[in-house]
Amino acid sequence: MKKTKKLFHTLYEYRVAYAYIAPFFILFCAFNLYPILAGFGLSFFRWNGLSDKHFIGLQNYMTLLQDGLFWKALQNTLIIGILAHIPILLGGLLLAYTLNAKIIKGENIFKTIYFMPMVTSSVAISIIFMQLFSGNYGMVNYLIRLFGGEGYNWLGGDGSLIKVVVIILFAWKWIGWDMVIYLSGMQAISRDIYEAAMIDGAGHFQTVFRITIPLLKPIIVFTLVQSSIGMFNLFTEPFIVTGSSWTGGINNGGLTLMMYLLGKAPQGGTSYGYASAVAYVITLLIVVLSTVIRRLTNEKN
Amino acid sequence: MRNIKKAVVYLILILLAVIMITPFFMMLVMSTLKTSEIFSFPPHLWFGNNLKTNFENMSQQVDILLAFRNSCIVTFGQTALSLLFCSMGGYAFATYEFPGKKKLFSILLITMMIPFTAGIIPWFIMMSKMGWINSFRALIIPNCANAFGIFWMRQYCENNVPISLREAAKIDGCSEWTIFFRVIAPILIPAYAALGIMQFVNVWNDFMTPLLVLQRSNKYTLPLVLQSMISDRGNDYGAIMLASSCCVLPLLIIFLCASKFFMSGLTAGAVKE
Repeated sequence: MKKTKKLFHTLYEYRVAYAYIAPFFILFCAFNLYPILAGFGLSFFRWNGLSDKHFIGLQNYMTLLQDGLFWKALQNTLIIGILAHIPILLGGLLLAYTLNAKIIKGENIFKTIYFMPMVTSSVAISIIFMQLFSGNYGMVNYLIRLFGGEGYNWLGGDGSLIKVVVIILFAWKWIGWDMVIYLSGMQAISRDIYEAAMIDGAGHFQTVFRITIPLLKPIIVFTLVQSSIGMFNLFTEPFIVTGSSWTGGINNGGLTLMMYLLGKAPQGGTSYGYASAVAYVITLLIVVLSTVIRRLTNEKN
Repeated sequence: MRNIKKAVVYLILILLAVIMITPFFMMLVMSTLKTSEIFSFPPHLWFGNNLKTNFENMSQQVDILLAFRNSCIVTFGQTALSLLFCSMGGYAFATYEFPGKKKLFSILLITMMIPFTAGIIPWFIMMSKMGWINSFRALIIPNCANAFGIFWMRQYCENNVPISLREAAKIDGCSEWTIFFRVIAPILIPAYAALGIMQFVNVWNDFMTPLLVLQRSNKYTLPLVLQSMISDRGNDYGAIMLASSCCVLPLLIIFLCASKFFMSGLTAGAVKE
């Protein structure tokens, strides 16, 4: 009793400060913490949203591990995420370095143009890319044929090229974001260091690998962690490009983990318990991957 | 030799710029073409004169103005609320002393590392139980006080809001709320602008959350309307491209007018960490 009284007394005494921070904590508990905990519980049940819940232990997780489609979705997600981030990361660094070196004029114009996709709706972009990559009438095949190649059936065929389209789309969208982040990191590095390196006879490549990248490491690690979270949440682009299909188009070529999850519930189906298990596995993957990235990059120092 | 190098760098940068612009350019071009012209080979690469018909077709299929209004309600509502709550939280953590402050702040930092994916199914069930399906509340309220925003506002307040200011205002007889809105908030305007841009762009372009909760077409936001045009109504690509332009252009034009400001605002969070 005394303790509660004291608690209320403290709350009252500092009510102004607590009132300021209360909205966040209340909303977080109600709309984040509670669903996250409830999701863990729900993942041990079979439930279609209407009838009674059946406790089935680890059954959902077992089914998940045995479902070939889940592994296909995981594989697709990793392929798209990793292959798309190579040009995003390297291209972003290279572009930032080039623009920062002041060898060219109009730096801001280029920056603005490369950043344009970041303020653009993913749905609209995906629809445009669908059209550009259309097998019969698309501009990409037109250009390939112009240079003497054969056109591809990008979004059709056996479905294996869907991933390529998503990778290109993703790299196109995010390269400017990484570039701007690296660029502002580089601008914080003192010019003197570069000049000293130049006097010592270091070329551009040496400067990049010996000076810029080590000094930018915290920022690069940040973008890597952010990218890996983004990779597992990849949904809109493959979903639209495959014609709003929950199964990822032909041969599940564009199926990602997030599509697999939402395809079980609440959008494509009503397996709420199973979908909760899927959500927990995806979360686990995100946590493991971002921890590994942080650890690996810490050890090198 | 130096000039050749320079020319090569320019060439690569310009080529890349062309690649970045082409999809936007083609979107505008296709908005003015007949659908039969879009579905022809070789592709038309310059503007046609079918804009008016495309507009009529688009208006017949979807209510783009309504979708625009819906997008505005959701985006402005969410952004305004989150700016209010984030600045309140950041201000308190920066300038007040209270028991449990350190603990609460580290809890707040930890929450930033928990991916929300884990709770998505119960979140949806919660929304339907509360009757928030087909309601903008589901898009505005749950995420309107985010940990990152508070963290960011706290840093800004620590550097820009002197505690003595509040004491002085108090002596002048101002109430807490008057102090916050009349004295503190004006100081925070640059921080509001940067955080506001971040929120605005994200919410305006968000597709997944509206897809989950908005099921009636009169509630659709712009991205949902676009998606419904390709999934429900087939292949009137002239109209679809025009609708895409309507969704993309408002934000793109604002961005092009204030690009420096946008880029520093959007990436401010990443750089500060």
